[in-house]
Amino acid sequence: MGADRAFDEIWGHGGPANPRAELNALAGWIADTPRDELARRSEAAENTFRQLGITFAVYGDREAAERIIPFDIVPRVFLADEWARLSDGLVQRVEAINAFLDDIYGERRILKDGVLPPDIVLRNPQFRGEVVGIRPPHGIWAHICGIDLVRTGPDAFHVLEDNARTPSGVSYMLENREAMIRLCPELFRSFRVAAVDSYPDRLHETMRSVAPPGAGSRPVCVVLTPGHFNSAYYEHSFLADSMGIELVEPADLVVDDDVVWMQTIAGRVKVDVIYRRIDDDFLDPVVFRPDSLLGVPGIMSAYRAGNVTLINAPGNGIADDKAIYSYMPEIVRYYSGGEAKLPNVETWRCREPQALKYVLERLPELVVKLVDGSGGYGMLVGPTATKDEIERFRAALIAEPHRYIAQPTLALSTVPTLSEKGLAPRHVDFRPFVLTGRNGVQVVPGGLTRVALREGSLVVNSSQGGGTKDSFVLMPDPQSGQGQQQGEMMQRQELHA
Amino acid sequence: MLSRTAASLYWLGRYVERADFIARLVEATVRLDALSATPAGEAAWASALRVTYNDAAFATTGAPVDQASVARFLTIDSGHGGSIVQCLDMARNNARAVRTALTREAWTAINRAWLLFNSRLRPGNAMATLNLVEAVKAETRGFEGAVLRMMRNEAVWFIRLGSAIERADNTARLIDVKYHLLLPEGEQIGGVVDRDQWTTILQTVSAVTAYRWLYSDGLKPSLVIDLLLSRPELPRSLAACVEESVEMLGLLGKRTGLQGGADRMARARMARMHRTRSHEVIVGGLHEWLGAFIAENIALDRAIAQQFRFI
Repeated sequence: MGADRAFDEIWGHGGPANPRAELNALAGWIADTPRDELARRSEAAENTFRQLGITFAVYGDREAAERIIPFDIVPRVFLADEWARLSDGLVQRVEAINAFLDDIYGERRILKDGVLPPDIVLRNPQFRGEVVGIRPPHGIWAHICGIDLVRTGPDAFHVLEDNARTPSGVSYMLENREAMIRLCPELFRSFRVAAVDSYPDRLHETMRSVAPPGAGSRPVCVVLTPGHFNSAYYEHSFLADSMGIELVEPADLVVDDDVVWMQTIAGRVKVDVIYRRIDDDFLDPVVFRPDSLLGVPGIMSAYRAGNVTLINAPGNGIADDKAIYSYMPEIVRYYSGGEAKLPNVETWRCREPQALKYVLERLPELVVKLVDGSGGYGMLVGPTATKDEIERFRAALIAEPHRYIAQPTLALSTVPTLSEKGLAPRHVDFRPFVLTGRNGVQVVPGGLTRVALREGSLVVNSSQGGGTKDSFVLMPDPQSGQGQQQGEMMQRQELHA
Repeated sequence: MLSRTAASLYWLGRYVERADFIARLVEATVRLDALSATPAGEAAWASALRVTYNDAAFATTGAPVDQASVARFLTIDSGHGGSIVQCLDMARNNARAVRTALTREAWTAINRAWLLFNSRLRPGNAMATLNLVEAVKAETRGFEGAVLRMMRNEAVWFIRLGSAIERADNTARLIDVKYHLLLPEGEQIGGVVDRDQWTTILQTVSAVTAYRWLYSDGLKPSLVIDLLLSRPELPRSLAACVEESVEMLGLLGKRTGLQGGADRMARARMARMHRTRSHEVIVGGLHEWLGAFIAENIALDRAIAQQFRFI
């Protein structure tokens, strides 16, 4: 995977001397700002993150129980028309995900029509029999989706993974922007960057819009965190704080007569909407894992009774399962009636004998993933793997083929990134955040760009040493007619700087 | 407000105050040690351990009672709960658990104080110790400043209530131990060492100047005790702490409608403090009086936890 072969988001295929025409000015900024100045600003940003405690915990790593995620000062940029196309595709995909979940736990039309093999859904460990027959308010299941994308060329975006359970990273989208506005204000004067800071308001509005019918006009919304030792605790507190709602732990909640209450100094307060950042497994020991000390006993019963809305809905794991992922083009076609605007990465399902044979023959070229793995664990990256690793995966594939999928190693796009040797292209992926409420689906113009900091590496996970960048979405040219509104947004940006 | 949040804010206030107090005590003891002949210096460090209830824990380390060992034990030793680093660790844990109830500034202040110790592993000499405690004091002041700039609501009042309860306990113990600190043989009451010890007490609570303003006499133990016991002008006096806890409980009661045992206990204590004359306390037995005060403070702490449903 030579980085030289990959498409660069700013330099295109031309390299620093011959960048993409639309991004000439940004390439100029990169070229003209001294390296040590860029390094100084990166360091300043990381110092701020450390002081603010913007950290994530690394499990099993006692030495550095809390780390900050490395931040790179060079932003990745989406042109206005690129973003418009991406947004379209994201809305279509998330609508399909919601329709799929509503169908699978309801009528199961898609199975009756033979679009998917029923066993891949009904025997899937992510399929939750416990929620069959429940319909959340307005039929919305995946209120907050993080869709992981990769890019391989100017017009080639692929969905790598759908996150329909508890996608994290939105706090980095917002904090990275704050850092950029403070450290590189000149960029916001030269480029018309869409604001991301309305995200908390939009999220709060989304939460309120799906309150249960009996909630009244001012539903009580909370964020539920497993506690401050969780790796994403910073994000949980950040979100509650920026929405101005309570951050609760399981011990703060009690269920009585199918109603969820939080325990305050003045007694009990009824809770209507819970943005829970706890996995299904640990949500309710009565229904899911009885050995779990986390969780709120009885919360599922309150949910079933329609007295509380859980965001995202329990049972969503089936929609971001890697085995289901491979059918997503069919799923999108089935519910939207059109072709998927955002294609998948080509995927071989090892449960199918033909595919397995193909995969086994080409292991050193492929990426093999556990269907239920995440965070970069349980994964084989063929081109960089040792012979031993490849043989271990071969044995595992033959023993339990249904647990694996395989994909080609893609020439992931790169973005210039500060390295020890100066600016160099590093591979990136991208996670935009999609909100679905009663009034439809919206995509916040921005997202989280993760960058592999090692040369040639394709692994961008924070738990595997990846970093992050700000993601600029450029607004359309004011000449094209929407100038007034954008002018106002620019003013807001200036105020922040 | 969540009960857990209220409890964490209250303990945040207590731990920050405790860290600040230990820092002041270490600073004053370094000074006393530097000014005294060896045995007095050792006695000063022994008393610092007693004031912070750390003498038993320190004895188990087997280290000598001297500046290097005790200063290290009270500042950066994370093996017991009574060091500054552990207090700040507890303070930060509580702050993390209730981040949403704090402003960004208040959280950053406590996080910065905690980060002070991130790279400190070695004890260092007197100078290094003084630099460290100076930095701790600066950071805890920064936290108090940030708290004062927060919205005036329950969050702030719980933090300040915790500080007031902790401060009352610290001052009472400081008077108790220092008053009974024996002078080395050959030293006279009113002599150099005696005077230095009383100055140390005043320094620990930042009251050297206050003393000069309030009393025209030179340094007298009975007047120092009067200042620390009954002068409401001095923020760290018992009288001021008692008034502060009544005030905070009053504000909380007005906002939340929660009034009860804690309020009654705090108000009764304030009424008694107003009638108390320090010279009568000294004649009647200062040690016993302080012991009763500390016990009552603990009872008030329990009543607060019950009244606000701390879990």
